[in-house]
Amino acid sequence: MAQATKTIGGPSPESVVTLEMPVWRIRLMLLWRSLRANAALFAENPIGLVGLAIIFFFFLMALAHPILMATVWDRNVYHPVVGIDQTIPFHPSPPSPTHLLGTDPLGRDILSQLMWSAKSEFFLGTVAALVTLVIATTVGAVSAFYGGIVDSLFMRLADLIIMTPVVTLLIVLSTLMNVTLIELAFLVGILSGFGGATIIIKSQALTIKVRTFIEAARVAGGSNTHLIVKHIIPNLLPLSFLYMMFTVTNAIFLEAVLSFFGLLNIRMSWGLMIHTTEYCGYLLDLKRWWLIFPASLSITFLCAAFYLVGRALDEIVNPRLRRR
Amino acid sequence: MRRYIVRRIIQNVLTFFLFLTVVYIMMDAQPGDYANIYLQDPRLTPDQREILRSRLGLDKPVMERYLLWLKSFIQGDFGISFSNYPRPVIEVIAERAPRTLVLFLSASVMSFYMGFVAGKILAWRRGGLLEYATTIGGVGLYTIFTPWFALMMIWIFAFTLDIFPIGKFINPVIWLQAPVGANYVFYRMLLTALVASLVLFMVLVFSRRIEPRRRKLARWGGAVVVLLGILAFWRSTGVGVYALDILRHLALPIMTLTLISFAGTMLLTRNSMLETLREDYIMAARAKGLPEKVIRDKHAARNAMLPVITSLVFSLAFALDGGVITESVFSWPGMGRTLLIAASTEDIPMAVGALVFTGTLALTAHLVADILYAYLDPRIRYA
Repeated sequence: MAQATKTIGGPSPESVVTLEMPVWRIRLMLLWRSLRANAALFAENPIGLVGLAIIFFFFLMALAHPILMATVWDRNVYHPVVGIDQTIPFHPSPPSPTHLLGTDPLGRDILSQLMWSAKSEFFLGTVAALVTLVIATTVGAVSAFYGGIVDSLFMRLADLIIMTPVVTLLIVLSTLMNVTLIELAFLVGILSGFGGATIIIKSQALTIKVRTFIEAARVAGGSNTHLIVKHIIPNLLPLSFLYMMFTVTNAIFLEAVLSFFGLLNIRMSWGLMIHTTEYCGYLLDLKRWWLIFPASLSITFLCAAFYLVGRALDEIVNPRLRRR
Repeated sequence: MRRYIVRRIIQNVLTFFLFLTVVYIMMDAQPGDYANIYLQDPRLTPDQREILRSRLGLDKPVMERYLLWLKSFIQGDFGISFSNYPRPVIEVIAERAPRTLVLFLSASVMSFYMGFVAGKILAWRRGGLLEYATTIGGVGLYTIFTPWFALMMIWIFAFTLDIFPIGKFINPVIWLQAPVGANYVFYRMLLTALVASLVLFMVLVFSRRIEPRRRKLARWGGAVVVLLGILAFWRSTGVGVYALDILRHLALPIMTLTLISFAGTMLLTRNSMLETLREDYIMAARAKGLPEKVIRDKHAARNAMLPVITSLVFSLAFALDGGVITESVFSWPGMGRTLLIAASTEDIPMAVGALVFTGTLALTAHLVADILYAYLDPRIRYA
């Protein structure tokens, strides 16, 4: 684990002079070893692997879209936003060899929309998760380290955010401002970064703070900043990584709900596909299943996949649930 | 205990003011103000616009405007809704809040109970196909795209099986000849539900002292008496048909919201139960030769309940969010749908009013969960 790395590569180089390898190589080796051990643990859990497989599938979809657009698919017909197939008299048209998942009421190819949106979902999830990672780790480490007023301020804020109905808040925010994909990503990231994730990460940081290697680093003359950045935060990263997964689930779900309500300013997404269906009056028309099912199932599966990976990781990194 | 409750209430009031301040900052950060709505009128001279601004109080400094806004807010003056013109926001809220409360409360209570029982049984019968199936089903329900799930419920139960109506609050065809309004009937329904649950609670509390064999009889007897009382009351009012119509419309949204929010409780109860089952007192109970059911329900489940109650706060926010989605898919005219319509028609006073309502509901629910927790777990410090 990362913590083991730290105990060997301390702040003072004198202590490792006796070793023949340079410090960074030892660190890299230990990191590699812990990664391999954790990957083996992760592979034991079928639930996590299923999640990973689904994520990989959607990732391939996102990758394949630009290639298909450049080679096989005609831009005027298959473009997810402005394309239209004029050879078909009536839209929405059922699945056919040219349109594997049919077309939507405006004559656009559903499969192309699905693949194009996968890319933006990954973008959204990644940005939101990174924002969460940065905020939650920093705030958790700082408030655990300093305690006192900083701590109680951040914890009260986290309490407030935990009980906020986020969908409601974002619906109101979307009337007050023009929310695009990147803004939504930042909003979700900030909300989950200051919210529940902080509390868990802070409690983990509290247990790290009292370990002996922190004492040792302090005795060796490490400043507060050095202790937080070099010793506490690296040990928090596994847990933060776990919360990144849950943030991705949240971000995708929120994006889907908001664009289902037609409140986001985006060009195309799975939620928007269902919104278009509703807008054109095909919502309860299950004979035209290709208008609703592919998009809804994609949302559900990708959300579930990240959640499952999160749960599987939880059993590895969360000290409370660890079976070993 | 009392000191703890008072403290929590004061904290919540402070949080409420913080929340109001954040809402105000959000509104005030908007470019332009209400006077700008008249900008497009060419007959308005700059002087007149200034007069308009000062009449509306928009030329005052921010702090004073904030205090004025706060004052009128506390007095219940939320402004006038644009999309329901000329009805004031507070009137719209007063009409629609009970409908949301019914949905939210009944779904929360039911999902908590169902999730708790399901999680308990799941942890008890560990391993096997049942566990896998329910875990996957639970995760599926937890992460399913809620609007789609609601649509599927409509499609199965309303469209194909035709058991429940597709959406909305009442069926206008039945209500054409109705002697009273829908709200009249609905408020009486609320009253009935309140009285019935109070009586049932009393029966539960008082029957605790009775010896086990007669206890069951007393409880069932109480339930039957309450049921008969409700039936007799609604027969005497003569509007029972209309109440039944509202109930039919209510059933499917409650079912959907319950199913959406019950999975989280179930998964958590299962985890918590698994931890509790490893405790020594469970082994002691087994060694005493107590029946399995008693160990499960009285020794393990009661202690496993505590973390679940703590997480109730999360699931309450989840249920409120789910409520907005459920209401809008089912066209249920509650606060969630009102918020959504206000948001999409840029009716800012209504949207802010609905947001404040939701915030208040979340705060109150949080307070109740906290007090419940303090009552259930005597080990926590009331500091």
